[in-house]
Amino acid sequence: MTEVASVKTNAANQFDFVALLTRHATLVALVALIIFNLIFTKHFVSIQTLNVNLTQVATIVIVGVGMTLVIATGGIDLSVGSMMAISGAIAPLIFLGTAVKINEIHLAVAVGMIVAVAAAGAFGWFNGWLITKFRIQPIIATLVLFIAGRGIAQVSTNGNLQPFKLAQFQWIGLGRWFGIPVQVIIMVALVVAAAWVLRRSLFGRQILAIGGNERAARLSGIPVASVKRWVYCISGLCSGIAGLVVIAINSSSDANLVGLGMELDAIAAVAVGGTLLSGGRATVTGTLVGALIIQLVRYTLLANGVNDDVAKLVKAALIVLAVWLQRQGRT
Amino acid sequence: MVLATVSQNTNLLSMQNISKAFAGIPALLQASLEVGAAEVHGLIGQNGAGKSTLIKILTGYVSRDSGEIIFDGTPFQARSPQDAQRKGISTIYQEINLVPSRSITENICLGRESRRFGLLDWKSMHEEARSLMARFNIVIDVKKPLHNFNTATQQMVAIARAIGFKAKLVIMDEPTSSLDEREVLVLFEVIRQLKQSGISVIFVSHKLDELYAVCDRVTIMRDGRTVKTSDMKSISKIELVASMLGRDIAQVSKNATAFGGRKGKIGNVILDAQNLNAGHKVQDVSLSVRRGEIVGLAGLLGAGRTETARLVFGADKIKDGSLKLDEQVFRPREPIDAIEHGIGFSSEDRKLEGIIPDMSVAENMTLALMPQLTKAGIVDEEQQRVIVEKFITRLGIKCSGPGQRIRELSGGNQQKVLLARWLAMNPKLLILDEPTRGIDVGAKAEIQTIVKELAEQGLGVLMISSELEEVIEGSDRVFVLRDGHNVAEFAGKQITEAAVMAAMAHGNKEGNSVGQEIKP
Repeated sequence: MTEVASVKTNAANQFDFVALLTRHATLVALVALIIFNLIFTKHFVSIQTLNVNLTQVATIVIVGVGMTLVIATGGIDLSVGSMMAISGAIAPLIFLGTAVKINEIHLAVAVGMIVAVAAAGAFGWFNGWLITKFRIQPIIATLVLFIAGRGIAQVSTNGNLQPFKLAQFQWIGLGRWFGIPVQVIIMVALVVAAAWVLRRSLFGRQILAIGGNERAARLSGIPVASVKRWVYCISGLCSGIAGLVVIAINSSSDANLVGLGMELDAIAAVAVGGTLLSGGRATVTGTLVGALIIQLVRYTLLANGVNDDVAKLVKAALIVLAVWLQRQGRT
Repeated sequence: MVLATVSQNTNLLSMQNISKAFAGIPALLQASLEVGAAEVHGLIGQNGAGKSTLIKILTGYVSRDSGEIIFDGTPFQARSPQDAQRKGISTIYQEINLVPSRSITENICLGRESRRFGLLDWKSMHEEARSLMARFNIVIDVKKPLHNFNTATQQMVAIARAIGFKAKLVIMDEPTSSLDEREVLVLFEVIRQLKQSGISVIFVSHKLDELYAVCDRVTIMRDGRTVKTSDMKSISKIELVASMLGRDIAQVSKNATAFGGRKGKIGNVILDAQNLNAGHKVQDVSLSVRRGEIVGLAGLLGAGRTETARLVFGADKIKDGSLKLDEQVFRPREPIDAIEHGIGFSSEDRKLEGIIPDMSVAENMTLALMPQLTKAGIVDEEQQRVIVEKFITRLGIKCSGPGQRIRELSGGNQQKVLLARWLAMNPKLLILDEPTRGIDVGAKAEIQTIVKELAEQGLGVLMISSELEEVIEGSDRVFVLRDGHNVAEFAGKQITEAAVMAAMAHGNKEGNSVGQEIKP
């Protein structure tokens, strides 16, 4: 009898351990990485290291916020990188005066940024419209813009590289407020806002209900189509902002390069962060932590002299691990 | 031909005492089925009676726990549907499982292509396909892709494919559900031809008339058991329905439900539907519900009950007919329209259309109420808590708290949460589709009591149930549907098992003739 009982407790303990891991896997991994670096990486504890890592991760997280919402509805958005390119192409067209001439430079920059982000949002809304109106699978519908989006950006700039040196604009990628890079502040603000929306708002509830059981959501009176359109629109808006950050950092806009491969980085961050890829359960802070983990792994390997290609392998392994942990958590 | 040697009297197929449980829940209990050579054998039963499990065991989709199958004189065990097909058992499903983009020839010959010198011999394959289709008097271009042809022709292709595989037994699972009347007649002709050439058919259908038109014998299933096998000629429709529902025509059980002794007054008409039409599943349905009234919607599977309810709720599109709510014309486009007009709808499929498994009890319960619980887009958590706790107490929902995930609850408690989802919005009309399906007896009685009390307080209820006693004891009026038409209306003392079953089986012979003139 006692033996049986003890076996049972053991099993229970083991289960608890796995449960703990699955629930907090991302945080545990992040802490482990930081501890590893504290011991092995020279000059790890410095404001500069922090800033380097945060700036590099900011665009991924900004896009990842929108991606998290999309994935929470059970969808996916492959077009985020292309929408970054579109936004990155449109803004300079306006503030450099190529398309329209606005003499007051601050106004020109403001109009350029707003129009660029709005355009990306409109393209996102178009994704949602394709998906809801024609019932096209999200992966196919967003593939349309994934392919065409970069072409749209190219055509609108006549294929020209748009270099610039414009402090009035580049604060978004190079500036600092209170010593913190501006894009990091934008990133944190978006994460906080999205996390709050998911937790507290009607919209967040509707997103999770649709991802959890779309048919039940519809029968409960949730306007499924309009919620989905807004979610894809938000993903577009986030991509638009990220596109501006990228061109500001680069001091130029190259439609071929802005946001290249971003869809995969963002999806990876969402997956590693613990959002259920089938929808219905989502964590925006998880996405932040997920992106930080991926970034920190890369940084750790590079700082310790490992090739970047190997770092990509490790990133892939991390995603597999994250998905495996999710499955464990489900059953 | 081997088939010619099998005499009419010996069984081609004999399944004896087949049992099967899924995750401990029995789906089949000692079921037996015997099909003679060159016999058309009907198989009928309600949802969950075990028909599809029995067929899946025969065709190798699932394995049996116990029991014995003899096919064509030898013990039979199919490892997969392909294996069953090789051994002479082919299945034609309601959703045709062919390759739409490939030609008719390819579909017929897929998996047994003729070869010459290692290459496909298209000439002989086209010839074979053409001659197989010609057996059904269908002359078509067999080189054209399958999707160019209508459902009926595609079904013929599926049957031709079965014959091409030298099938001795063809299983047809609701083959007529997507065919029009003329196509059904063609199918019946084909079935007769199959029979003449010595092939047996198992014919699964919910439509009684079809069984009588084409079957030699019928086996009736209920609750995982095969309760009766009879010659088609010697069983009446009403006997058939009675065995399906598990009722003895003579014996009428009373007070099997918690509906008895209802008080309260019945008020004016809330819902008035006239001649609703939405394709072939709902062709001409009229019904009405009054304040404080429980209206039962009876009928066999596929009669159009759920489909009618979905029309009223705006979940599907109404093609034709008039719908009035509180004497105002009402045309819901989406469920949200119905909800805003005070209609609630609890779906028959809790898992597929009811619960959101990863959400909490509280979130599930307030899903339809959400817009009223939010101010400036923000959920009022305090108000939500008050409402949720009220309903947890009122309906006696057993859970660890409002925050518990609904998937962790028992079926009965999930159903109560879903009921609360609609009660919380204080509806004037509540549509309940199979409100007590798949839950334990205690929870069943509790839910029935709640519905009764709600009606006493003035709620109008439209209740669909496949459990006859629930409809009969619970309803003030009963509408009976059959093949997408309503065939009878009963009120008060007219509501008896015999009358309702007769209407379900025969149409309007024993019930009041209704059609156009339903007036509450």
